[in-house]
Amino acid sequence: MTRAQASYDGVVLCAPVTVAYQRYSSQPAHWWAGRAMRSLAEATGFGPADIDGFCFASFSAMPDTAVGLIQHLGLSPRWLDHIPTGGASGVMALRRAARAVQCGDADVVACVAADTNRLDSFRHTLATFSRFSQDAVYPYGFGGPNATFALITDAYMRAYGVTRDDFGKLCVAQRRNARSNPLALQRGELTLDDYLRARSISDPVHLFDCVMPCAGAEAFIVTTPEIAARRGLQMARILATIERHNAYPDDPVQLRGGWAMDADSLWASAGIAPAEVDTLQAYDDYPVIVAMQLEDLGFCAKGGAAEFIRATTFEIGGDLPLNTNGGQLSFGQAGAAGGFQNVTEALRQVLRQPLGTQVPDADIAAISGFGLVNYDRGVCTAAAIVEACR
Amino acid sequence: MNREKRDPLARRKERHVPPGARSRAMHAMSARAAMGRFVLQGCVDCGEVTYPPRDACPRCWGELQWTDRDRGARVLSETIIRVSTDLYFRGQLPWRMGKVELDAGPVALAHLHAGLKVGERAEMRLMLDRGGNAALFALPAGREPDMGDRQWREFVVPVKDRTILVSDARSAIGRAVVHALHAAGAGHIVAGLAPPARVADQSDGVSGLTRVQPVPLDLTDPVMVAECMSKIAGPLDIVINTARLVRGGGVSADGNLVEQRRMLDIAVLGFMRLAQASAPLLQGRPSGAFVDLLSAQALAGDSDCAGYAAGEAARHSLLQSFRHEMRAVGVRVLSVFTGPSDDEDHQSAPPPKVAPLRLARAIIEALEAGREVSCVGDVAVDAMDRWLADPALYMREKNL
Repeated sequence: MTRAQASYDGVVLCAPVTVAYQRYSSQPAHWWAGRAMRSLAEATGFGPADIDGFCFASFSAMPDTAVGLIQHLGLSPRWLDHIPTGGASGVMALRRAARAVQCGDADVVACVAADTNRLDSFRHTLATFSRFSQDAVYPYGFGGPNATFALITDAYMRAYGVTRDDFGKLCVAQRRNARSNPLALQRGELTLDDYLRARSISDPVHLFDCVMPCAGAEAFIVTTPEIAARRGLQMARILATIERHNAYPDDPVQLRGGWAMDADSLWASAGIAPAEVDTLQAYDDYPVIVAMQLEDLGFCAKGGAAEFIRATTFEIGGDLPLNTNGGQLSFGQAGAAGGFQNVTEALRQVLRQPLGTQVPDADIAAISGFGLVNYDRGVCTAAAIVEACR
Repeated sequence: MNREKRDPLARRKERHVPPGARSRAMHAMSARAAMGRFVLQGCVDCGEVTYPPRDACPRCWGELQWTDRDRGARVLSETIIRVSTDLYFRGQLPWRMGKVELDAGPVALAHLHAGLKVGERAEMRLMLDRGGNAALFALPAGREPDMGDRQWREFVVPVKDRTILVSDARSAIGRAVVHALHAAGAGHIVAGLAPPARVADQSDGVSGLTRVQPVPLDLTDPVMVAECMSKIAGPLDIVINTARLVRGGGVSADGNLVEQRRMLDIAVLGFMRLAQASAPLLQGRPSGAFVDLLSAQALAGDSDCAGYAAGEAARHSLLQSFRHEMRAVGVRVLSVFTGPSDDEDHQSAPPPKVAPLRLARAIIEALEAGREVSCVGDVAVDAMDRWLADPALYMREKNL
């Protein structure tokens, strides 16, 4: 039996920033990280001397890690972390930085994800992603993550009767949410018919099931309520978090994620039920993973995603506003920043600083991350519940 | 006899190979796949069977070792890949693959044979891809693979309708190879016959067969090797090197150096002349292959036929280098090991001996199974087993 999670008293999240994404960029990841730091400075007034903690996530900063970045950016932090978990990195950065601040190891932690996307960098990133991929995935057609998630989607659809119409409803709702977001790369109207008729990429995954790789950066600050108040910053508190890696390794196909192991403790620690959440920022590199999160985080029963999706509206102003910036499916996937945009968007909504349309009366947001296909499934899962301090 | 119509002005198709980066453990799996084995790692302590290849047991962190496994499996899910960023697979799209649950335990991604569906039983083969690395291929259980299956053909070398050069078609083995290829439906067989022509070439030879083109070929003569290639009308798909001169003799005694020199010239430099002349032709082909017939004497020296064993050992070494070169261009280099053959070269060798026709059929079988290393007959199988188990002991025992 694991111990009950300690509270996150004395810690707040503030200053969510997004550096406007570009489909392709000739600037390196370091430039994008620099823009993110500058945006944080403009939002908070913090300069290099104020930031004593730094947490970094990136796939394209090679040969540098967080170490190279701090010297590059002129920081002298007393707490440093580098998170290689891609889509789970935002929530993981949040939880690590929160404990550092709470325990006094740092006062102001900048959590930054930055990735570039050169013309050929997606292929390069794929080719060197992991040892298991090199040995046992790429030799089988080199379909990239599309093929891996096609196999998961195929099995999931067979197991639970979820249809392409159901996935389409999620994608169409996210596109509608993206339409008010001036930074979203894909803002054109997307109908269910467009979704269903799109070309196949790796059956049953079709074009609008896939994210668009791009360049971008996301960042936020973790600090104490006192420091945030002195700077006059809007802030949110952390109600609970979870994290799990390589859950259910004996499942032959990934039909559930690590959230299912820890969701009960998440809601118990938060002291609320899923229905009390005002918006859900779920990881969406393929709608099958969104459906899985709806089940595994307890928004519906396992196997109940199809029914839940059919009975729920996901637009801003709907029953469960989902990925209100458009999600990666419409906003774009800026590498590891794709694992941070769920955190920044959740903070923006509860702090009432939206990029586009505000979710009415949003106070509590659920954030969910999913990262790193090392072999045949995403290995890392994480989630957090945050609430505005008012 | 130009069977393939080609536009001489058309840009040649550039051929690519699948992505080649692999871990050391995966290379160990490929080395076993090259011999036609189906292996997975198992833990020496807890018995856990694991895949993809690891360096430690994921249950107890014990040491892992490679063991032959049950080939059974069941298909769990499938996809047809229609978009790829890899140049090789872009040229193969659409490509159908899936996930299988192996009877041995782990799950694995695998190429799927046409017609094999989710939920069905499969039989696994561990094949070498165009780049020479192992890949799992799922066949419908209880059925032979269809040589017409587009994806399967990427892993094997079909013989039917192909143009094939046999470097020595006069020996008993060479004649058997030509006859076997002819029976297997080879499209055009170029039969190398070293001058001078013999009376027996007319009565006993292969010249009378349809689809067979006799060509003068002596591997010790570079001009003749070049002229042989120029006489082949149309593309060349497969080379089968059957040329050998078998003579006994030790190192310090009984060795006729004139014979030894010709023997080594055919076995070593002759092979290199043939490889250099044919490699540029093979690498443009969709399923190019070079097969070499090796004596099991290649594995360790033998005091009764020291020069012969040395020549075979040298060619065994050259074949490894040649295979490496050819992997980059997707041409398969196959080694077929054999013990004494039942022919005039081994009149005094005791049985068991390998009948030339059996050897010929084994060569075709190796091609059509895409198997890089084969051993034909009890002597070769025994030699390979002992050599793999303990090379130092084998070398010593063989010269006792």
